[in-house]
Formats: sequence, C-alpha cells, structure tokens
Amino acid sequence: MKVLVIEDDRQAASYLAKGLKEAGHVVDVANDGKEGLFLAGSEHYDVMIVDRMLPGRDGLSLVEILRATGNDTPVLFLSALGSVDDRVKGLKAGGDDYLTKPFAFSELLARIEVLVRRRSAAQPQTKLTVADLELDLLSRTVKRAGKPIELLPREFALLEFMMRNAGSVVTRTMMLENVWDYHFDPQTNVIDVHIARLRQKIDKDFSVPLIHTVRGAGYSLRAPQ
Amino acid sequence: MKALVISALRLARTTPFRLAVLYLAMFVLSVALILAVVYRTTAGFLESEIGETIALEVAGLQDQYRGQGLRGLVDAVRDRSATSHTNSVYLLTTPGGVILAGNLSAWPTAVPDASGWTHFKVAEYGGTSDRPSTAMAVTFTLPGKFRLLVGRDMSEIDQLRGRMIASLRWILAVTALLGLGGGLLVARGAMRRIEAINRTTRQIMAGDLTGRVPRSGGGDEIDRLAGNLNAMLDQIERLMTGMRQVTESVAHDLRTPLTRLRSRIELALIHETEDPEVYRAVLQETIAEADRLLATFTALLSIAEAESGAKRTELEPVKLAEPVRIAADLYEPVAEDKGQTLVTDIRGEPVVRGNGQLLAQAVSNLLDNAIKYTPEGGRIALVLEGAAHGRGPRVTIADNGPGIPSDMREKVLQRFVRLDTARASPGNGLGLSLVDAVARLHGARLVLEDNAPGLRISLEFPANGGTFATPPH
Repeated sequence: MKVLVIEDDRQAASYLAKGLKEAGHVVDVANDGKEGLFLAGSEHYDVMIVDRMLPGRDGLSLVEILRATGNDTPVLFLSALGSVDDRVKGLKAGGDDYLTKPFAFSELLARIEVLVRRRSAAQPQTKLTVADLELDLLSRTVKRAGKPIELLPREFALLEFMMRNAGSVVTRTMMLENVWDYHFDPQTNVIDVHIARLRQKIDKDFSVPLIHTVRGAGYSLRAPQ
Repeated sequence: MKALVISALRLARTTPFRLAVLYLAMFVLSVALILAVVYRTTAGFLESEIGETIALEVAGLQDQYRGQGLRGLVDAVRDRSATSHTNSVYLLTTPGGVILAGNLSAWPTAVPDASGWTHFKVAEYGGTSDRPSTAMAVTFTLPGKFRLLVGRDMSEIDQLRGRMIASLRWILAVTALLGLGGGLLVARGAMRRIEAINRTTRQIMAGDLTGRVPRSGGGDEIDRLAGNLNAMLDQIERLMTGMRQVTESVAHDLRTPLTRLRSRIELALIHETEDPEVYRAVLQETIAEADRLLATFTALLSIAEAESGAKRTELEPVKLAEPVRIAADLYEPVAEDKGQTLVTDIRGEPVVRGNGQLLAQAVSNLLDNAIKYTPEGGRIALVLEGAAHGRGPRVTIADNGPGIPSDMREKVLQRFVRLDTARASPGNGLGLSLVDAVARLHGARLVLEDNAPGLRISLEFPANGGTFATPPH
C-alpha cells in the first residue's frame, strides 16, 4: 500500500521509509508539516504516519486540517509523549491510532495494516468467518467445523478482535488496547497466557491450527494456505 | 567597644527593636499626655482656690470700708499686713502714690490680664515674704482716687507646680528607660531566635541538609515557623535522598544491562562465523535486552509523571470497579496457570476522582506481584470495598505467599528495591514504586500488612473524596 510519512527527524524518517519499503509498501516522506499537508492533499495514500511534534505546524493541527477538508485517510500518530492524555488528544484530533516512541517496527507494520483493513471493511458484519471457524456477533456463539465452542466473555472478545484482523499480525499491545482498553505494557506474559487458553479451545482438537505465533511481533489468526 | 557598637547597630536594624521603639514612643507620648492633663487640672484647681480666698479678703475689706470709711480700711489693711508669715499681700495708696498701708514696697508695674488678675514677683516689691514667688492680686480704685491691691502669694502653688513638674519628668524618664530596656531585651530575645533560624538556613545552603532549627517549645509563631521550616527540611531531605538513591539505582540498574548488551554484541563480532542464525540469535537477544531497558525507562517516566502531581488537575470520576475488573480479567488465567486461585470480590461500586488507566496499572502491578511471589497452589484475594465507617473506598490484594518482613515494608516502595536480591524472578523493582506514586496522585495511601501468612496490601482512598490528614511517608 501507499504510505505517507510526515516526520521532521530525517534519520528517523529514512529508517521508517526503508523499513516500510522492505515490507513491500510504497513510501513518500515529508519533513515538515507544510510539505506533508501538500502531499496529503495532492496524492492518494492508504495510510499516513504523522509525528506529533513537527516544526512549524504540529502533527495534531495538521490532522485537524486534513479532517476538516474531508480527507479521511487513516492516520497513525508517532510520539515521544506517552501519557494517556496525550494519546486521547491525538485520537480526538482525528488520529486513528497512536504509537509511542520508541516502538518495535513490527508493531508499526501490524498497526498500519489493521488501520487500512478497518477502513476498507467498514460495513457492519454480524458474522465473522475464517476457514471453518465461525463467530456470530448477534448470538455471541462460536463454532468450528460446525461444533460449538464455549468461550468466556474475554476469550470471545479476543477471538473477535483476531478474526476481524484475520491474516494480519496483531501485537500484544494491540490486543491489550483493543480487548481490555489497557494502554500500558504489563511487561509479563499475560497476553500469551490468554492466547494459550484460546488455542486450547480453538485449535487443540483440530489438525489445522488457525492461531499462529509471529516471532518478535505477536499473533496472527489465518486460514491455512 | 567597637564590637558592642556594631552589635547595638545590628540590634537597631531588627524588626523587633523597631517595633519596641515605636511602641515606646507611643507609650511615652500617652504617659506625657496623661501627666499634662493631671498637671493642668491640679494647677487650675489651686488657682481658682486662691481666687476665692482673695475674693473673701476683698469682701471683708469692703465691709470695713463701707462701715468705717477710709480710716477703717487703712486700719484693717495695716492689721492684716502685720500678721507675720501671711500669704496675703495688701497695698493701699493715696492718689499720689504714697503708701498708706500694706506689706508691699511699691505699686506693681504689671498690667492686669484679661480676667483682671495682676501677676508680679513679690520679692521685687519688698513683700514681707522673701520667697522668690509670684503673687496674683486684684486692684480697685476707691473714691478719691485711692488705690487698693489685694492679692495672695502663690509660693505654695509654685512649689507644688515645681515638684509636680520634677516628678513628672522623673516618671517620663523612668518610663522611657524601662520601655527602651524592655524593648531591647524583647528584641534581643526574638532576634536570637531568628538568628538561630538564619544560621540553620545558611548551614543548609552550604550543603548540610541535616541541620534543623532549634525549637523553644513555647508554641508561639516563631516556634511554629521553626516547626514548619523543620517539616519542610525533612521533606526536602527525603526528596533529595530519594533522588540520590534513584540516580545511583539508575546508574546501577541500567548500566548492568547495557554492559551485558555491549559484551554480547562484542562477542558476536569476535567469534566470526558463517552461520547467520548465530547473528540472528544475538540480535534477537539484543532487542529483548533493549526492550527491557526501554520498559524500565517507561516505568521511571510513569512514576515521575504520577509523582509530579501534574495530572492531578486531569483527574475525573472513575468507577473503581472498572480498573479492578480489567486487572482481574487480565491476570486471572495467569494465576490459574500457576495453580493459584484468584478470587475477585467486588463488594461496592465506589466512584473516586482519578485516572482509570493509572489505577488499572496499579492494581495490575499488585496482582502481578502477588502471582509472582506466591508459590504454586497459593490463594490470592482481590477485594474492592466501598466507603464505610469514616473510611474511603479500598482495594485490597491479599495472598498467602512469603509476605514482606515488617522492617522492609517501607523500603520496597522505593525505586529499584527488590526483596529478591538474587534477582531470580523477572522485574525491575519499579512496580510498587509506581503503585505508591499512583496512590499519592489520588490522595490515597498504600498500606502493607501481614496477612499471616502472606502479604495484604491495600490501596486506601480518603473518605468523602478528601485527603488524608497526614500524607503517606
């Protein structure tokens, strides 16, 4: 996909561009808010990565302007400011996600992918299906190969999040944020424990596993190739 | 001598001394005013007494004159003048000024004042009394231009006046002296105590934070000032010690992993190999180590942020059950995996002013610790209670693990302090520090107790959304 990086630190920008290109994306870089605003207005991008602190015009007001002019390209804020309130401000200004520096590159890749996917699958769904796994959002039931699976509410929420982003990598922090609304890194293997439980119920009795561990990044739920 | 002058000059510049002098001036002024009134009243009374005596004399002489004419008057004046030691003065002259009778040698030259009184010095007119006193008199012109003067020597009243003025002067002098002395004494006492405070502050400015202001124990405002200064100094010393500890701990706890990181990379470079997997493994370990370092920094920043209290203005009503449920939900399977039982008991739905995310993290940290340090098969209870019996809402986490010795309970709240000195279990020693900082941000306190066996740790919020009278620590 096509990514616009608006970042004033040239070294950080070129590192971002390099990583994104290696992951197969097309990247444009703007080194200040003015240039970023110009590029965002003249080209179509799938996602924008915006640094919150920019010289001249800060990232927050840049996104506010874009949103005011009808540009609804997904925006991921990058910031050295990591407090809850900074995050809330970023999302209020029209950002879709917020990532605190320093971050793992795999985290960034997973997040922009989810952002773009979320934008394209905007229509409401009542049923999620991956291979022979079915999740009914109305009756709140889960079946695999027609066999009902009993899930606890939090396991259901976790599975729903993974199925909505099936095929993409979801990181541990993404799960904490989206399933538990928890915006801190607990520094322990809590998420791994929850995934292990889910695996017990989803994959254990079936020959083909659907939940996969992505080393150094997180997990991915996907249909066998 | 010079030293004395200098110290006196210093004294004169002090506030207590200036106040004493001002007070003294007011005091002397009011005393002088009172004395002046007393003097005027007394003197005026005496003068009117004399006036009445003279009027009586005149009335007597008038009777003589009316009954026996000039002859009788002359006799009467002579008669009265002859009385020795009389205080009265008389003079009767012919129109030509020849003295017919009386005890004065000449007619006074003084002119009568507005009320008809003539004042003159008795001695200058050779009066019978040789006292250097004045007399006041009335004069009459009789038919045939004879002239009569009747008056009274005022030596008594003059003497009284003199004595009064002298004693009034003494009173004033003694008042001023006593006031000045007292003022100086008071000023010196106050100054000595303020000087003691100054000495302590100078000592502290010179870098010795252990100095404290001596207290008299009297409970007056200087004593209270000293008490407050000491409390402030305790707080500053505590913060400084904390800072120094943090700096030292940061140096230690961050240098160790950085050194590990460095040597790992260096070793990988030394051992040349064709196998890219070796390099990959080293790089992965390097990232893991770097992540741990970053996590430590993040935790330090969170603590600093919570401690600075800058977020206090951004607190909003939070249903305490929500962060408790999030943490419980997150950690329940973790406890189960360790064969522990985590029982969550939400007994109320209290609302506190706070930051939900920070509270969730605090409860998570407490649960994380309980799970980490309680052995397999252990029991952990997470209880949320609403406000009751004069206390605020409370979140309690109790386990039946090894607990924390009572002498260590205060210490474990400090940054980088870990009971597990061998550092066998993962962690950075910042978890409880963050909980403590979050507690203080919420005006709550962290209470560590013996669960017999195990640890019971409570996050106690103040009653009625207030704050605890004594701040934790």
